[in-house]
Amino acid sequence: MTVTEIITTMLLLASLPFFLAGTLGLLRFPDLYCRLHALTKADNLGLGLVVLALIFQADNVQQIIRLLLTWLLVLIAGATVAHLIARKARGDGHKHWSRQ
Amino acid sequence: MTGLYLALALILLLTICVGMVRVLRGPTATDRMLAAQLFGTTAVAILLLLGQATENTAIWDVALIFALLTAIAAATFVRRRDIDKTTETEDQNDRH
Amino acid sequence: MIDLVLAFDLILMTTLISLAWLLLASRDLFRAVVLFIAFGLLLALAWTRLGAVDVALAEAAIGAGITGTLLLVGLGKLGSAERCRRTPRPTTFLQRLTPAVLIGIIIPSVTIILLLELRQLQIVSSGQQGLVLSLLDISGTDHPVTAVLLNFRAWDTLLEKGVLLLALVSIWSLDQARPLFHQEAPSPVLKGLSQLYLPILVIVSGALLWQGGYAPGGAFQAGALLSAGILLAILGGRSLLPAWYGMPLRLLAGCGLLIFILIAAATLLAGNLPLQYPQELAGALILLIEIVATVSIAVILAAAVAGGHPAEISATEQQQPPSSEGTS
Repeated sequence: MTVTEIITTMLLLASLPFFLAGTLGLLRFPDLYCRLHALTKADNLGLGLVVLALIFQADNVQQIIRLLLTWLLVLIAGATVAHLIARKARGDGHKHWSRQ
Repeated sequence: MTGLYLALALILLLTICVGMVRVLRGPTATDRMLAAQLFGTTAVAILLLLGQATENTAIWDVALIFALLTAIAAATFVRRRDIDKTTETEDQNDRH
Repeated sequence: MIDLVLAFDLILMTTLISLAWLLLASRDLFRAVVLFIAFGLLLALAWTRLGAVDVALAEAAIGAGITGTLLLVGLGKLGSAERCRRTPRPTTFLQRLTPAVLIGIIIPSVTIILLLELRQLQIVSSGQQGLVLSLLDISGTDHPVTAVLLNFRAWDTLLEKGVLLLALVSIWSLDQARPLFHQEAPSPVLKGLSQLYLPILVIVSGALLWQGGYAPGGAFQAGALLSAGILLAILGGRSLLPAWYGMPLRLLAGCGLLIFILIAAATLLAGNLPLQYPQELAGALILLIEIVATVSIAVILAAAVAGGHPAEISATEQQQPPSSEGTS
């Protein structure tokens, strides 16, 4: 195993908890606003680690650019959608969860 | 390495399957839409991993298209004219 | 490793089938729409697993960009909440019997038969692949799929453009287009996203179109992506210049079929069979058809989402900020 392969393996393994946390959050968080965190934060970070891992295996610069562009677009789309959904939820009068 | 890519892709596919529970259960339309949005990100990761595992980077183009287009369904959802009140009724009732 | 691939495919397959069942059986139509969006996502994964990246690209562009929007807009048109929920009718004895028969007898027996057949399955013949590859040199393109779609079987593609146009004509004959979205200004963030993404969508669509010459890509994928761009521009608060609603829109929608017919007529006049390109011109003609078809497909798909003929929309939307996205 070369150095880059070890780095890739570690990054890929590191990405897994984020994806699992995202799904867990989607299922277990008590209200919509909390679930939005799962959507925007956890999975996008997991994808970032996957992209980083694949960059270490890329053959040329073009591949690196394609990977980074994909991640960047997902980040922008994720942030926008989270904002839009939160805005709509507020407009519709979704109530916040509280411990009581 | 290929084994690791495929194993991770497999686990990610399983998270989509599990996350489908949120689409089925709701309770509101917004919850369902949000879950579908999450699947988009996961699918991008799966496609990138599959592309690397099979050494066919044409698959990355599919991932790029997903990255470009997942926002559109959600944007339509928030901007469409007749807001679907069906699945929101339980929530509204709770509030009063 | 083979086991991992097999497990992936089996889970994907099972999920697809159960999703299809769930969305068809769903009484809540909104839930069915979201399930369908997820179904499209997994279907694109399935196409890549089958090695059909061309189809996966088209499915991704259509499934993520167009059908979700189309169904959500259609659902909004259904109107009242009562109509969104299908009312269950009392079931007859035979209908109650059906699931039992299906689950108890038909599905297990079909599965067993399929498994038995699978064991004896020979290596699949490559079909016409050898023939296509041997003729690739004279086709005017380096990608076998494009060679088949636009040269060897160009008639099919011509008819496909006809089908698309016919679908649009049917939609236009049913209803009048109404403004799709709220009149109030969209969130500034959405406006920003649409401004940022529109050029990227146009560039990627152009790249996919060009890529069709040597790799998975082509007119349909590019057109679907471009129409998603048009939808995003509309979502961002833009609208088509009213002057474009009449003849220009119809011409743009029809130009894909028109160029095909013109080229067929020209080749016929030149003494060849219809759509049998002269070898030295094949590449140029294919590119010309693909570019025109891309624009036409984009316009048709976007107009299909609008869901009606554009006759009077110009009067109601006169005050909106004009833009000519449909022409890009």
